[in-house]
Amino acid sequence: MSIFLNKNSRVIVQGITGGEGTKHTALMLKAGTNVVGGVNARKAGTTVAHKDANGDDVELPVFGSVAEAMAATGADVSIAFVPPAFTKDAMIEAVDAEIPLLVVITEGVPVQDSAQAWAHAKAKGTTRIIGPNCPGIITPGEALVGITPANITGKGPVGLVSKSGTLTYQMMFELRDLGFSTAIGIGGDPIIGTTHIDALEAFEADPETKAIVMIGEIGGDAEERAAAYIKANVTKPVVGYVAGFTAPEGKTMGHAGAIVSGSAGTAQAKKEALEAAGVKVGKTPSETARLLREVLAAL
Amino acid sequence: MDLFEYQARDLFESYGVPVLPGIVADTPEEARAAAERLGGVVVVKAQVKVGGRGKAGGVKVAKTPDEAEEAAKAILGLDIKGHVVQRVMVAAGARIAEEFYFSVLLDRAERSYLSLASVEGGMEIEQLAVEKPEALARVHVDPLAGIDAEQALAIAKAGGFDDERAAQVAPVIAALYEVYTGEDATLVEVNPLVLTEEGAIIALDGKVSLDENAAFRHPGHAELEDAAAADPLEAKAKENDLNYVKLDGEVGIIGNGAGLVMSTLDVVAYAGEAHGGVKPANFLDIGGGASATVMANGLDVILGDAQVKSVFVNVFGGITSCVAVAEGIVKALEILGDAATKPLVVRLDGNQVEEGRAILQAANHPLVTVAAGMDEGADEAARLAAAA
Repeated sequence: MSIFLNKNSRVIVQGITGGEGTKHTALMLKAGTNVVGGVNARKAGTTVAHKDANGDDVELPVFGSVAEAMAATGADVSIAFVPPAFTKDAMIEAVDAEIPLLVVITEGVPVQDSAQAWAHAKAKGTTRIIGPNCPGIITPGEALVGITPANITGKGPVGLVSKSGTLTYQMMFELRDLGFSTAIGIGGDPIIGTTHIDALEAFEADPETKAIVMIGEIGGDAEERAAAYIKANVTKPVVGYVAGFTAPEGKTMGHAGAIVSGSAGTAQAKKEALEAAGVKVGKTPSETARLLREVLAAL
Repeated sequence: MDLFEYQARDLFESYGVPVLPGIVADTPEEARAAAERLGGVVVVKAQVKVGGRGKAGGVKVAKTPDEAEEAAKAILGLDIKGHVVQRVMVAAGARIAEEFYFSVLLDRAERSYLSLASVEGGMEIEQLAVEKPEALARVHVDPLAGIDAEQALAIAKAGGFDDERAAQVAPVIAALYEVYTGEDATLVEVNPLVLTEEGAIIALDGKVSLDENAAFRHPGHAELEDAAAADPLEAKAKENDLNYVKLDGEVGIIGNGAGLVMSTLDVVAYAGEAHGGVKPANFLDIGGGASATVMANGLDVILGDAQVKSVFVNVFGGITSCVAVAEGIVKALEILGDAATKPLVVRLDGNQVEEGRAILQAANHPLVTVAAGMDEGADEAARLAAAA
């Protein structure tokens, strides 16, 4: 088991012919993902050549729309590698086609575009969105829909949800001997599809996941809300990490969402909220990994 | 990006939101001239991106051009919560009968928009929310439906306006929402929105924050940037498309990915506690690529910070191979030559780490130390900074 993604997932790539789309389609195939085609309205009817996980040649069909790609391939997951200016349209197209899972990697999407795409998806109620501005999702040994390096570690008992891409990699690396059920990067933008809470709920329900690592960062109050959710609903051990203790107020730290304004959104406030919910919070990634080992050993 | 009040005022005016005439002035003489042009009573207002300027003496009423000049003299150069006033706006005076509040902003928790309205304005919104929460209406705005005339009226009524006043305020609310969507703002706030004794509704003070991700469809937004206030190193980094934030410390930081770099700042600060309290000097995210040019540009910016005593390069090779990162560092040091003078601690992990470390070891650059891990690297960089 895993959350949101498994070896049976059939994946299409929106923007499969672009630079990033081409590069990461190759890496996803290499990781064993069942990529069944892609979308580019201007190149519909053509194919793109790739190698599968065994190194054998595959020709992936390019379709004119997500709906056509789904009808022809039975795809149930889409990943979007499209420039920021076109991301909203790509998201709405995927939502209208009722794809069950949409992963949006694109960084730099205007936040009002994300808000509109999310409002549309919410009204429709048939698509889970991960991102935008995220590394995507990996169920090690089964499938990768995103840009996370697939070779850091394998399958295991840890579920991971993180706002940050490189911290996801760092934490998978710290715990590479244990392995992960699923690791999901939800993205650092102010408006995102899947939240910490959505992932926590799914990990709680996933029998393969024994313990959860939750990585947050400064800005907003998603971690505080996740803390309240954990206290009320999560029985599995959760270990937390929050980046940005030394970030000054009023400065954006890379992610559009990572800004401390006023007294809200500080790493200290998030740490305290999580600890009050019974979550052990590490001061550094390595300490967080140590805490996770402890809670796992105590099970 | 936060705008100055006069910039918000100009945006409001272009969207048909009623505002008072206002002229910016950088000197007392310009303030006098502005007051002469406007005629009558004027208000000289400090242009700073921080609240509480009234209490700090940053807003003065002037009855004559002489008084306006005097007021500008007193206000220009004033330090308001760390913001030194460089510019004032001389605005026409208004006879205020009542003060209201309105804002529309991003609602992260609901992944939507939120509007706030109150017939009781005139104080800071934080204060209003605490002292009179019942007087502050919070109305969710559907990003797809927006605020049309009907919704604007509903928001005004929720904010406690009576029918007549609500009908008068609603078009202003709708116009302010046009500013919010038309300019890709994350916040549009009017405090106070006033009713004058003559019966007009006017946005007397405005706060606008713009979404920098949307800059590609707003070429005019670049002109709103406050280039004068930017740190020179931050400006240099921006020219090279580097994501850099200057901080007050001794250990220069380079990493890949916003989260990992933030985490690196924390780990260095903790390590610094054991080394005389040295702190991280900056945030610098070089992103996924880490080519020699990007690395050289990044190092160049960091070494331009006289406060920096050592540099910690913390890279987790994900898709990028550590070989590319190591080659980038070696070439960057070649490019910089004698300009590279501070010790460099490099931590590499991930994709092709052994090969990457071997490249650094073979290059054997006198300034470079290869660290075994993130914690070890942070400690070594802090130690070197403290020893320098």
